Amino acid sequence: MSAVTGTDACPRVSRRFRLQWEEAQNAWVLLYPEGMVKLNQSAGEIMRRCDGSRTVAQVVAELEQAFGASGLADDVAKFLELARGQQWIEG
Amino acid sequence: MSATSIPAQPGPPLWLLAELTYRCPLHCAFCYNPVDFATSGPELSTEDWLRVLREARAAGSVQCGFSGGEPMLRDDLEVLVAEAHRLGFYTNLLTSGVGLTPERAAALKAAGLDHIQLSFQDSTRELNDFLSHTRTFDLKQRVAALIKDNGWPMVMNCVIHRLNIDYIDRIIEMAVELGAEYLELANNQYYSWALLNRDQLLPTRAQLERAERITNEYREKYGDRIRIFFVVPDYHETRPKKCMNGWGNVFLTVTPDGTALPCHTAKMLPGLAFPNVREMGVREIWYESEGFNRYRGDGWMKEPCRTCPEKEKDLGGCRCQAYMLAGDPAAADPVCDKSPAHGLVVEALARAESGSGRSAPLVFRDPAASRRLAAGGG
Ligand code: SF4
Ligand code: SF4
Repeated sequence: MSAVTGTDACPRVSRRFRLQWEEAQNAWVLLYPEGMVKLNQSAGEIMRRCDGSRTVAQVVAELEQAFGASGLADDVAKFLELARGQQWIEG
Repeated sequence: MSATSIPAQPGPPLWLLAELTYRCPLHCAFCYNPVDFATSGPELSTEDWLRVLREARAAGSVQCGFSGGEPMLRDDLEVLVAEAHRLGFYTNLLTSGVGLTPERAAALKAAGLDHIQLSFQDSTRELNDFLSHTRTFDLKQRVAALIKDNGWPMVMNCVIHRLNIDYIDRIIEMAVELGAEYLELANNQYYSWALLNRDQLLPTRAQLERAERITNEYREKYGDRIRIFFVVPDYHETRPKKCMNGWGNVFLTVTPDGTALPCHTAKMLPGLAFPNVREMGVREIWYESEGFNRYRGDGWMKEPCRTCPEKEKDLGGCRCQAYMLAGDPAAADPVCDKSPAHGLVVEALARAESGSGRSAPLVFRDPAASRRLAAGGG
């Protein structure tokens, strides 16, 4: 696992994007110049917690608590890797 | 999916394009404003636009583009941007940079403007060597610096056509020199003024292939430093584009006089009344007006589109192009080689190859030419 998506890192939404809840689409979206990515529910729940103040481990713990689930660490790590590849998150 | 499953019921109008004015200090021969723009009615007031922004946002619009003409000519631009920002829009300004002073840039930043797309358009009538005009470069350099200083992403756009396509290397170099992070090389589409000038503007296949090759070389050379988009011209293809991502599917354009359109050229289509935002709310316009419903889904299609296995891919192409070339807005887009009118596109390409028809003078977009053309003159 890379340092950035390691459990101590505090990812945050990249400056190139704006994360926003859209009522009309019932979804979190990422906005950028003349474009938009609509996030699915789990992606949205992860991204909204990427504010630079929480470690990946904290994000995982919060999600597990919020959704009464366990063993989400792998899924979160996988998504964060993808999100980094897309430059949605940094830090 | 079955062959008749294209939904006629759209999602929200995610994209609002606010064409604030047809006024423009430039005279581009490929201008996408309607040829008869000079006869259009009075511009919407500030109050009208503020209402349109609120209604569109309530209907689910989230991207807002301010364009024209030259939107900097509206002195209420900052007020409109501020309201759009407050409403939660992502705000984009599409400008040639003329009129963007440090003061206005600062005011737009304070209003919450998210992005400026700077185009390479130029006012000089020496189209083919506009790149060498120091005046153009000075203007773009000044504006590019303002964009950087205000922390906006640096996005440049250049319309590519026969007269500048051979200088594509210089266009890319210029964009790099100006610090562009994104460059859109948009091959000309043949509507409005560009259709009038098609014989002069349509490149040959060899020109196009060379330009694509050079663009790829620059992509390799600069990597992540600049992302270059090359928008292929549909005339050189055998399948049409999925125009506007579907009629009345995501795009809502409001013209300077308040006419609501599914795309900025749709007003040309015959027998179709488009609503005006002075008389109808955005939600009703989007979901209920005849103008927006006419070409949704696939119920309107004729052969060869109606039974075509590819119809979900391109939805039969562009209604305006079908009307302009085949004389019927419900026909297949003649770019498609299954269209009975495809020969017209082939013919235009053949003329481009031979260079015939190029002796006619370019028609530059200006109000006098517009009034003459609207009156039926040549
Ligand atoms: S294409 Fe050129 S003339 Fe037309 S509105 Fe844009 S800058 Fe003005
Ligand atoms: S026939 Fe119509 S639907 Fe089929 S590919 Fe051509 S334009 Fe598209």
